[in-house]
Amino acid sequence: MKLEDLRKIRERAEKDISLRRGDARVNVVIGMGTSGIAAGARNVMSAFLDEIGKRDLADTIVTQTGGRGLASSEPIVELHIKNEPVVVYGEMTDDKARRVVAEHIVNGSPVSEYVIEVRD
Amino acid sequence: MPHRLDVLVCSGAACVSNHTADVRDALQSAIEAHGLSTEVRLVETGCMGPCELGPILLVYPEGALYIRVTPDDANEIVEEHFLKGRPVQRLLWEDPAARRIAEEKKQVAFFERQEKVVLSNCGTIDPEDLQEYIATGGYEALGLALTERQPEELIQIVLDSKLRGRGGAGFPTGLKWQLAARAEGDEKYIVCNGDEGDPGAFMDRALLEGDPHAVIEGMTIAAYAIGAAKGFIYVRAEYPLAIRRLEIAIDQARASGLLGEDILETGFAFDVEIRIGAGAFVCGEETALIASIEGQRGMPRTRPPYPSDRGVFGQPTLINNVETWGNIRHIVLRGADWFRSIGTESSPGTKVFALSGKITNTGIVEVPMGTTLRELIDEIGGGIPDGKALKAVQTGGPSGGCIPAQHIDTPIDYESLKELGAFMGSGGVIVLDEDDCMVGIAKYFLEFSCDESCGKCVPCRVGTRTMLSILERITDGRGTLGDLEQLQMLADTIRSTSLCGLGQAAPSPVLSTMKHFREEYEEHVQTATCSAKRCKALIRYEIDRAACKACDLCRKACPVEAIEGTPGEPPYTIHESVCIQCGRCFDVCPFDAVRIESGKKKQNEVEG
Ligand SMILES: Cc1cc2nc3c(=O)[nH]c(=O)nc-3n(C[C@H](O)[C@H](O)[C@H](O)COP(=O)(O)O)c2cc1C
Ligand code: SF4
Repeated sequence: MKLEDLRKIRERAEKDISLRRGDARVNVVIGMGTSGIAAGARNVMSAFLDEIGKRDLADTIVTQTGGRGLASSEPIVELHIKNEPVVVYGEMTDDKARRVVAEHIVNGSPVSEYVIEVRD
Repeated sequence: MPHRLDVLVCSGAACVSNHTADVRDALQSAIEAHGLSTEVRLVETGCMGPCELGPILLVYPEGALYIRVTPDDANEIVEEHFLKGRPVQRLLWEDPAARRIAEEKKQVAFFERQEKVVLSNCGTIDPEDLQEYIATGGYEALGLALTERQPEELIQIVLDSKLRGRGGAGFPTGLKWQLAARAEGDEKYIVCNGDEGDPGAFMDRALLEGDPHAVIEGMTIAAYAIGAAKGFIYVRAEYPLAIRRLEIAIDQARASGLLGEDILETGFAFDVEIRIGAGAFVCGEETALIASIEGQRGMPRTRPPYPSDRGVFGQPTLINNVETWGNIRHIVLRGADWFRSIGTESSPGTKVFALSGKITNTGIVEVPMGTTLRELIDEIGGGIPDGKALKAVQTGGPSGGCIPAQHIDTPIDYESLKELGAFMGSGGVIVLDEDDCMVGIAKYFLEFSCDESCGKCVPCRVGTRTMLSILERITDGRGTLGDLEQLQMLADTIRSTSLCGLGQAAPSPVLSTMKHFREEYEEHVQTATCSAKRCKALIRYEIDRAACKACDLCRKACPVEAIEGTPGEPPYTIHESVCIQCGRCFDVCPFDAVRIESGKKKQNEVEG
């Protein structure tokens, strides 16, 4: 192994432990209350994780929260991007999750059809 | 799919003996049972620090810190936190000072007040996974050294950093490197001193267990700087986990071309071997350690010649402490100016300490040099438990001394501690409260040195034994004021005529307590009392007639049947002539009816 090889390994390895640094740019918060889970929040979470993995987005983490009292719009997902307002998406599905990753997290434009709230 | 949760399971030696492996297994099965195997990753790390609170879990990305976790808690943690995102409040660290539950590790004063440089990877990476070490910039310093620095430049960086040896004496590390580089020899050796024999010290163990590659990397950089091809890591046999993790790390480094022939394909060759010591304290002394590596009995020899001229197999040898080695990669990567920006002018950088004794948070901590004892004890250590008052702080183990409470604002650095008659030592900090007897503490450490003396020189072998018997006389209430003078005289002789540091420093615990707590010595010899009520010969156990409820617990607990009484018919009585002052009755009494009274046993008074 040469120094360049070491550096390549490091690049990959850094991504692998990025969760522990606490400096993620994007936090995808999935509503995992009882009603959220019943409405399919687990599938939505898996879709986010899968898409984030495929796109190798090391600056993005997925966390959960309890129910937020908007049972009619579950599954609910909040997108927290550093220095940007919080965007809340409702009635999420597997496909919608993948679109949010592509358009909002990667390209920076919220998918307005699914947005139910924007908070500062 | 990436993991969304990293669950760090502390697998330092203390947590391992607290059955952290059972917790890990229980978590693993609960994770599988909930179908979360692809989402949650368990990572076993080195020591996180607060050893008494183990087993400890640290969950990222939140940074939630769980303490005293049992296998029975695993299911709740997985279901509530990992699945539903609701951290289990009852298991989170509750900061006793702030009286609040810390949602995140960052909110805990114990962590927040520390500055982790050497221990930056301890408790945050898997020490058995080379990739994780590399992720933190591991082996980058070595790569930089081998490809872009000349050996002399590296020595200059270490000189400029003003790093001082962390093994105790604080000798300038760069100077030692320079001497070893300039010395003539057919071969040169690098040695890592991981003997760590002082009671109350386990800093080096934490680093070896938690980040073994950092030590190997530091040694390899030095090997290049001084032109050595071979190194030894000396570890005591009582550290099996450290040995295992070092072995794994060495194998991984060799397999990846980071150790052995042609390191990082630069043509440079260096390899290390582990040497396991039997655990004698004197084997930590560098010349004894070298003899032990050579397969001889671990006995010190006179210096000069110093190891940098004549060390292992008579060849120039560079020997540094584990923690010293752990600093090297950071200094090479971040520079001497950065290093000097931490700590104090004369003692730059950080220091790792092992906190023990009468302190709320025991364990391993790292702080900048110059941090005061007050910050260390009150803020990081969480103060003295049970509302007791601080009496003194013992640093430097058997070679060190006691700093009385009034000096608690002393900044910790080599010079300040020395001025107070104490010693930085390797980092053991034992906190003593009002219930500790300073004569007893001095006796404890002197007895340790006396037992560990290799016997080569008379002042150390016989002198410490004589001092010990005087101290025994004093704690038995049979001492005289003349004994104090004699202690002083013996101490002076032993200090100036012993061959090695063990003998030279053995009287220090006695001298420092005689200096700062002379009244306690006088009290023992003049009135045969021990106001801390610790010296067995000078206390009596008595039962308070009014408080006794005749529950019979004390009678059952007494190993020598010194207690008499009938259940339900108070009061019970203790027969002084039979009592051996073991204190078991005191410990078991639910009504605080057993009292410790000052004063000799009555029959002693008659005799004496
Ligand atoms: C009795 C005795 C025990 C010692 N034990 C240790 C030890 O356990 N670890 C250590 O690093 N140094 C120990 N030392 C100090 C070593 O002799 C030596 O100074 C040190 O390893 C040098 O490394 P450093 O410059 O990095 O501190 C001991 C010294 C004496 C006199
Ligand atoms: S001072 Fe004590 S331990 Fe050191 S060489 Fe002499 S007898 Fe041995």
